[in-house]
Amino acid sequence: MKADPKGVLTGIHFMDGDHACCEGALAAGSRFASGYPITPSTEVVERFAARVPTVGGAFIQMEDELAASITLQGAVWAGAKAFTVTSGPGFSLMMEHIGYAAMTETPCVFVDVQRGGPSTGLPTLPAQADMMQARWGSHGDYEIIALCPNSPQECFDLTITAFNLAEEYRVPVMFMMDECVGHMTEKVVIPPAEQIEVVPRRHTKKSVEDYLPYGTNGDLVPEMAHAGDGYNFHVTGLTHDERGYPDMTLPTQDKLVRRLQNKILNAVDRITMTEEEQIDGADVVVISYGITSRVAQRAIEAARKKGLRVGKLRLITAWPFPEKKIRELAAKVKAFVVPELNLGQMVREVERAAAGQAKTFAVSHAGGGVHNPEDILKVIVEASRCRTV
Amino acid sequence: MRLQLTEIRIAGFGGQGVILSAIVLGKAASIFQGAFATMTQNFGPEARGGACSAQLVLSDSPILYPYVTHPDIMVIMSQEAYVRFAPELKDGGIMIIEQDLVRVSSDLSKEIQVYSVPATRIAEELGKRMVLNSVMVGFFTAVTKLLDADAVRKAVADSVPSSFREVNLKAFEKGLEYGIAALTNAPISADAELETQYSPE
Amino acid sequence: MSDSLINDLVNPVEPFLRSDRIPHIWCPGCGIGTTVNSFARALIDSKIDLRSLALVSGIGCTGRVAGYVKLDSFHTTHGRAIPFATGLKLANPKLNVVVYSGDGDLSAIGGNHLIHAARRNIDLKVICVNNLIYAMTGGQTAPTTPDHSTTSTNPYGVFEPSFNLPHLVEAAGAVYVARWTTFHVRQITKAMSEAFQKKGFSFIEIISPCPTLYQRRNKMGDALDAMKYYKEKSKVRHGAPTSEVGMTMTGEIIVGKFVDRERPDYQTMMRAQYTESLGERYVEEPEMVCDCS
Repeated sequence: MKADPKGVLTGIHFMDGDHACCEGALAAGSRFASGYPITPSTEVVERFAARVPTVGGAFIQMEDELAASITLQGAVWAGAKAFTVTSGPGFSLMMEHIGYAAMTETPCVFVDVQRGGPSTGLPTLPAQADMMQARWGSHGDYEIIALCPNSPQECFDLTITAFNLAEEYRVPVMFMMDECVGHMTEKVVIPPAEQIEVVPRRHTKKSVEDYLPYGTNGDLVPEMAHAGDGYNFHVTGLTHDERGYPDMTLPTQDKLVRRLQNKILNAVDRITMTEEEQIDGADVVVISYGITSRVAQRAIEAARKKGLRVGKLRLITAWPFPEKKIRELAAKVKAFVVPELNLGQMVREVERAAAGQAKTFAVSHAGGGVHNPEDILKVIVEASRCRTV
Repeated sequence: MRLQLTEIRIAGFGGQGVILSAIVLGKAASIFQGAFATMTQNFGPEARGGACSAQLVLSDSPILYPYVTHPDIMVIMSQEAYVRFAPELKDGGIMIIEQDLVRVSSDLSKEIQVYSVPATRIAEELGKRMVLNSVMVGFFTAVTKLLDADAVRKAVADSVPSSFREVNLKAFEKGLEYGIAALTNAPISADAELETQYSPE
Repeated sequence: MSDSLINDLVNPVEPFLRSDRIPHIWCPGCGIGTTVNSFARALIDSKIDLRSLALVSGIGCTGRVAGYVKLDSFHTTHGRAIPFATGLKLANPKLNVVVYSGDGDLSAIGGNHLIHAARRNIDLKVICVNNLIYAMTGGQTAPTTPDHSTTSTNPYGVFEPSFNLPHLVEAAGAVYVARWTTFHVRQITKAMSEAFQKKGFSFIEIISPCPTLYQRRNKMGDALDAMKYYKEKSKVRHGAPTSEVGMTMTGEIIVGKFVDRERPDYQTMMRAQYTESLGERYVEEPEMVCDCS
């Protein structure tokens, strides 16, 4: 289905990533956000608060992130496409409700504009140290989807993708920005509404008698009813059967939790997005995401000038992790170099997927700025000298 | 117009339109001139009221690294900003200063071309002190010759509230004229600047 | 239900329950079921459109109410029933949203949301079943547990002061505040019916026995003894200043309708503000992916 033109600010803009994310949400059809102020993410909801009354919708500033992260889910069950926006400390507070969204299969988007941590850390400076938290932060077994934009344009484009994936798989999608991308201003092209593809809610058309709130077919994603539709359905964070009724038994737990995982894992190839460059014949492949992918590009080009055969693989989707792709690549290259604004998070996934076929080099950074491209270059040079495993 | 990768820092204090100047120039390059621009700004407690700084990278190819490391051009609108940022400027770079607010030190490299403009005074003469950034942008356009004047003019018009469009465009033209005039005279070296512009008050 | 014979045989509240989930988990003598009975009767009395009704619970014994009522019902996370309900209401203003939860859920872990929803005057009907203790987890001290009573986490007696919930929510801005006990089944029904007529944040506290934990631990007898206590010690004082309705372990229980006032609710204020500031640019109703009216 095409985007509703009312929410689409078609034109060429010079806009920062936070504002572009807001415009992406509006273009995707989001008409509800609940938030709590936190640097460096607040600009997203500030803009939403100004824009949404003119397109038909609501923003509410809640009393804390615990509230913000569940208010949006109430709105989703009333029929809205909804999101919240936060940064490190607030993201930590939202973890229980990411689990609730995963368990109740509430389609929604959590935007995390990453800053330096732990704790209050560096409120105004970038990091990429919430990547594992995005994947594993809530308790129990579940899958989420996480996207990593590297420019204001992608903050727009991929926010739409985030909402679309949330609806398609009925899963919370983590939109993993960083302070640098959020506060960076660049040209953002917003196309006409008829060029924007929007995935509608999997809204059930079944009769009340036939409807099973958590019954699924081949793709493992159930159809959704909204409050007020007349289905008298029940939603719970407890382990539940296809009727949505609590059933705390081993078979129900096994069936439910495996389905929640498999609906994502079965679709990994369809969900994951990467950007590749000169992978064929490369000795070393630099794997990066978010702002670091742009910094790394400078190092990659410098290495190529030195005559090194360096490929680039950018993770646009961090989760689910493109494990198969990395494993296949590991058989062909000598080494992976993984720069990221943390002390080693996604690099563990790369190393795990490489499974000893290729060496993995981390280029860690404690956050607060971006890498000096020289530091990445040094590791690329070192990696290209290493012997094939 | 060919646009090589150029790193620009604009710095001053809050209320001078530092960020808006960077937005206008970035918009001119990326939207009205078909090139690329990345603007970042320093956030944090120091950005509230006091010092204010924006970084702009312009190029005719996509910009990867978003930050300014060795600026080619610097627009300095306060003495505090001068002290903090002047040492970063590349040899052979261009420094644009607010004539009444910035005193160039004698240790500034002789390789740096300094252009000065009384942007605040010109803005005040136009009856709106707040348009000093448009004067600065006009002056910048003239002396750096980096951007097409018409693209910048459009960016100014596009970036200010409609009720202030006219006065901002006037300010832009004033700055542009002042810059063209400044170019016909040789750029002032640091020493000359010290001798001619400033006497203790 | 058209047949009068069937009408005579079926419990009138049964159509409001998920009978396929009965038996429920509540203990013998527990008062929560009594409140649900009164709630179902209030639905009948108020003739409210059941399709428009959504019920939201948090976690705890009372949190299980959402699982037993045949309505769109949401069993959310601990303490967060009110913010979830806020999202439902804001995204679809046509919904009638009831929050049905316990004292610990609403006033301890959810206390911040309780006072802010009352301050904003969100149009929610909050039913707080107050059994004076954390029951689901085994009898720990709640913010409502009276002084000197014994709990599993205050084995030598509770010494911290307790919340007077009607006073708290009135101060925060609720437009309707009442308290009854499970002895007062008809009054509960009436209070709920009144709250349905009220636009804004309504709060009904129902003092309810927990024979398994609170009564037993404090040697207060069984459920019948609780009823006797409620009957003997309850004093109806409509309009009583809420500052005077705090409870003690064995003293009087002041019951009645304490607050019934008019204040514009959140969405009314929101629409007025947007209309004033944006004029024709304001698009009034949220446009959702479906029309649930």
